[in-house]
Amino acid sequence: MSTQARSRSLMRGFYPSWFLAPAVILYVIFFAVPTLVSFYFSLTRWTLFDHEFIGLDNFVEFFQDPQLLKGFTNTVIYAFVTSAAKIVLGMSLGLLLTSSLIGRGYLRAVVFFPVLVSTIGIGLTFKSLLDPFHGIVNGALGAVGLPQPGWLTDPNLALLSVAAIDVWKGVGIATLIYIAGIVAIPEEYFEAARVDGASAWRIFWSITLPLSRPATTTVVILSLIGGLRSFDLIWATTGGGPGYSSDVIGSVIYKQYQAGFYGLSTAGNVVLFLVVTAFVLPVFAVLNRKQVDL
Amino acid sequence: MNRTTQRWIVGGIAIVISFVVFLVPFVFILLQAVKTAPDAGQLSFRWPQEWVFWDNLTTVLSTDDGLMGRAFWNSAVLTVGSVTIMVVLAAMVGYVLQRRPSRLNGVVSFFVLAGLIVPPAVVPTIWVLQKTHLFKSMSGMILIEATFGLSFCILLFRAFVATIPRDLDEAAVLDGAGPIRLFFSVVLPLLRPVVVTVIVVQSVTVFNDFAGPLYFLPGSDNATVQQTLYSFQSRTLSQYNLLFTDILLTTIPPLVLYVFFNRQIVAGMTSGAVKG
Repeated sequence: MSTQARSRSLMRGFYPSWFLAPAVILYVIFFAVPTLVSFYFSLTRWTLFDHEFIGLDNFVEFFQDPQLLKGFTNTVIYAFVTSAAKIVLGMSLGLLLTSSLIGRGYLRAVVFFPVLVSTIGIGLTFKSLLDPFHGIVNGALGAVGLPQPGWLTDPNLALLSVAAIDVWKGVGIATLIYIAGIVAIPEEYFEAARVDGASAWRIFWSITLPLSRPATTTVVILSLIGGLRSFDLIWATTGGGPGYSSDVIGSVIYKQYQAGFYGLSTAGNVVLFLVVTAFVLPVFAVLNRKQVDL
Repeated sequence: MNRTTQRWIVGGIAIVISFVVFLVPFVFILLQAVKTAPDAGQLSFRWPQEWVFWDNLTTVLSTDDGLMGRAFWNSAVLTVGSVTIMVVLAAMVGYVLQRRPSRLNGVVSFFVLAGLIVPPAVVPTIWVLQKTHLFKSMSGMILIEATFGLSFCILLFRAFVATIPRDLDEAAVLDGAGPIRLFFSVVLPLLRPVVVTVIVVQSVTVFNDFAGPLYFLPGSDNATVQQTLYSFQSRTLSQYNLLFTDILLTTIPPLVLYVFFNRQIVAGMTSGAVKG
């Protein structure tokens, strides 16, 4: 045994396992237990005091009731649209804000700030900005003779409008992650490529994009998780409406909870759990598998 | 076109676009917050006919027997309490995980990641809170927020502990420090940069959390700032000035933190971007 290994094993007693205990206790009581029992209670008709086992009825209802099913499909659409937009815009803004231009510090700050602002506050503000009759967005569109859609009141448009607000609020974090990723690429690669006469486009495809892959992985995973779990913003802007056209699983869980259908609400939670793991785990595996070698 | 002109042109265009896209909503909030009720009800971008910000502010703070003032207090208690707990507990976990590799580490890492990915089960959590007599109580809400934030903090602490040389631990032990002294008097002070990052990032997260208090801390006595914001809009359809004053008030704490801790916030939120 080398001296270093010996001193390490002597030190073990100074890193006691019970340091983990308080965190483990909180985690088990308030996170692990609720997650585990949710699988059981999702199979019951439940009043919190009393429950009756009803098998898969809640899940059958979830996938047969058009309103609940809509929440499910909307969740998937919402997560995809917001993630895709955050990757493309985050990457573009990341490139822009690492290039040489005036006002870079200001631009970084202003793109990022919405991330820190309360989602409810942002939602209510945009509800006013996008008001079909008085809102300044439609006012501006009308002034230049463009159509003035009911952003949050048209059933076909509501979900996408909320997704757009989500991107507005969240793109700052994707941008920052890309900036960190791009800055970490060694300058020599770019110099070598320029010496070889590579075009800006070629440099982007062959160097920047593949080498900022860890950033892409982080952005994809963060925005997928955030998008699938979204609730606050939708609740503050449309409340799932008009009708149930912009409901997502998060709002379905809340509505069923409010209505006192605790078993059904918990089934919604289980569905959300399955959807999140079904999307995030493969992405995790695929994106982490192949690290780029250079 | 040479590089300097390009710098100015591209930057100039970006700045103009940023005004329209990112600043207009905030200027809009400010404008409505200083207007009178009928003026703000127009939802227009026009200059205020009359400046009544102080009236709006005092009205907002005194509505419902000072509900807003109480809500700010509740949010502050919730934020300070839960962030304190999660910082101390997560630092202890991150430290032991990094310093003492064992077979358990894989299992712990799995649960840490699960904590980041898995959405909390709502009604079962309420069920647990009822069984432990913590439902609708501030202490229960503090413990819930602390639990939900643990995973993120543990990851940051573990990464940072790795940068502190082990020789330091050994020197402290030779000087007679026990495990508790070693951690709290030697290691924890050295973790200060990451402690600041965690405090700032998690404070913003807890302060802005809406769904947590909505489910686990109902009741107007316990209302947090986000709750009052939401309930405000349904009651004050004709009083947009008050709604936007309220929005403005809830935007100030994160803004202040951002101005002072810009670097730490950015570091915390982009961790993992380079390593993957």
